[in-house]
Amino acid sequence: MTSIISAQNVVFEYISHDDNKVTALDNVSQEIKKGEFVAVLGHNGSGKSTLAKHFNALLLPSKGTVYIKGMDTRNEENTWNIRQTAGMVFQNPDNQIVATVVEEDVAFGPENLGVEPHEIRKRVDEALKTVGMQDYAKDAPHYLSGGQKQRISIAGVLAMKPECMILDEPTAMLDPSGRKEVMETIKRLNKEEGITIILITHFMDEAVQADRVVVMQRGNAIMQGTPKQVFAEIDKLKSVGLDVPQVTELCARLHKEGIDIPLDVLTVEEMVVELCRLK
Amino acid sequence: MIKDITIGQYMPGETSIHRLDPRIKILATIVYISILFFIKGFFPYLYVLGYLGMVIWLSEISPKTILKSLKPLAVIILLTLVFNIFMTPGEKLPGFGFLPITKEGLYQAGYMGLRLMFLITGASLLTLTTSPIALTDGIEKLLNPFKKIGVPAHELAMMMTIALRFIPTLLDETDKIMKAQMARGADFESGNLFSRAKAMIPLLVPLFISAFRRAEELALAIEARCYRGGENRTRMKQLKLKGIDYSASLITLLLCVAIIFTR
Repeated sequence: MTSIISAQNVVFEYISHDDNKVTALDNVSQEIKKGEFVAVLGHNGSGKSTLAKHFNALLLPSKGTVYIKGMDTRNEENTWNIRQTAGMVFQNPDNQIVATVVEEDVAFGPENLGVEPHEIRKRVDEALKTVGMQDYAKDAPHYLSGGQKQRISIAGVLAMKPECMILDEPTAMLDPSGRKEVMETIKRLNKEEGITIILITHFMDEAVQADRVVVMQRGNAIMQGTPKQVFAEIDKLKSVGLDVPQVTELCARLHKEGIDIPLDVLTVEEMVVELCRLK
Repeated sequence: MIKDITIGQYMPGETSIHRLDPRIKILATIVYISILFFIKGFFPYLYVLGYLGMVIWLSEISPKTILKSLKPLAVIILLTLVFNIFMTPGEKLPGFGFLPITKEGLYQAGYMGLRLMFLITGASLLTLTTSPIALTDGIEKLLNPFKKIGVPAHELAMMMTIALRFIPTLLDETDKIMKAQMARGADFESGNLFSRAKAMIPLLVPLFISAFRRAEELALAIEARCYRGGENRTRMKQLKLKGIDYSASLITLLLCVAIIFTR
C-alpha cells in the first residue's frame, strides 16, 4: 500500500493576538496509507485541527512538507486538486451548508469543479444514497437534525469523488444518536467505498473503531499504534489529560487486583468474552 | 414565536404559474410594469384586469392574499387619491361645499389609483408564486449577459443564497440568546421605546459576534469545497424553457400590443 498523505517534519507557527509566537505543530511526521482509517486524538489546543487543515491545503506548513497523493501543498497549482482529493468535513454542521435545499448543497462541490450538469445529478443522487439521505433531497437543511445535517455535509464531500476524507470533530456538536449515525456512515465509507478516513476526535469510543490511533499533545504526535496498543497505556494517556474507554479502565483495575485479564480490552463485547474465559 | 417569520411571501404550489421559468416570470413582470405606464384612459385597464385575473385564477392564490399584499401600501394609495382629487385644476364639481373637487381630479385619482394597485398586485404575484431560490436562479441567469460589463451576477446570487440559508439559523440563534438573557433577568418587553432599544444591546452584540464567527467558518468550508468564484462553475439545475413558458411570453406580448394599439 502506498501513502496517500505524507507529512514530513511539519512545523506550523503563527503569531497570536498578543504578539506571541505559537508553535501549533512541532515537527510532526505522518504517513497515511490508502484505505486506512486513522483517528487523531488530543486535547483542545493539541494541534490536531491544525494538522487536519494541513491535509486540505487550508493551512500551509511553516517548515517541512505535506504531500497529498504526491502533490506538494505549497504549490498553488495543486491546491484545487488537493482539495478535491482530500475533502474536509467540519465540526459545526450549520456553518458548512451553503444552499437552502439539501440536493443543491450536495451539488455545490461538483459545481465548483465544473462537472457536467447531468453528471452532477448522478453524483448527488449517489452521494445522498450512500449517506442514507435520499428521502430528504428536496428538504431545507434547517429542518434536519444535527446528525442528518452532518451526513449532508459528508455527502457534499462525497459528490466531489475524493479519495480521502478528513473529518474535524464531526460529532462534537451532536447528540448521542446523531453521533452514532455519523460514525456508522464514516465506517461504511471506509469499508465499502474504500475512502481513506482521518477522524479528528476527542471521543475515545470513536477512536477505538479506527485502524490506527495517533495521540497529539502540544503539537507533537506522542503516541501511535493500533487502538489496542495505544489504549493499553492508560497512565500515559491520563498524563496528557485523555481518558480511556471505561472497559479498558476496568481491565486495568482488575489487573491491578491480580486478576489475569489482558490490558487491551476495548469494547464491552470483548470484555464479556474475557470475563467468561476466566472461570 | 420568532420562528414563524417567513422569508418573502412565497405561497408554495404546483400550478402552471408556479412552474413557469423564473426568468420568464421576472421578465414578464418587468414588461407588465412598464406597459402600465403606457396606458392612457380607462379602457385599456380592462385588458390589464383580464391579464391579472387570469394569472390570479391560474395561480390559485386567494383574492384575500392579494388584498393583503396591497395593505402595506394602502397609505401611499390613499395619499395619491387625496392629492389627485384635491390638487388637479379644472371644472369644479358642485355639491361639495368649499372642497375644491374637480371632475378632472376624480378622473385622475381613479386612473392613478388603479395604476398603482395593478402595479403592486403584479409585483406581488411574482414573489407569491416564485420561491426565493428560483428567483435567485432567475436573476443570476438574467444578469449573466451583463457580466462582460462588470455586473457580478454570480456573486450577487451567491450572496442572496447564503443570506436565505442563514436567516433561519440566525433567527434560531436570536431566540436562544433572548431566552438566555431573559433567564438572567433581561427585560425586552417593558419600558418606553428608548429603554427597549437599549435592552436590545445585550441581544445584538452576541448575535453579531456569532454571525461573524459563522461567516469565517463558512468561508473556510466553501474554500475546502473548491469554491473559487463564478468562473468555470457549472450548475446542476439547468433552466430550460418549455412550451408553457413560450405561451406565457406570447400572452404577455399580446397584452403589450393590445395596450399600444389603444393609444
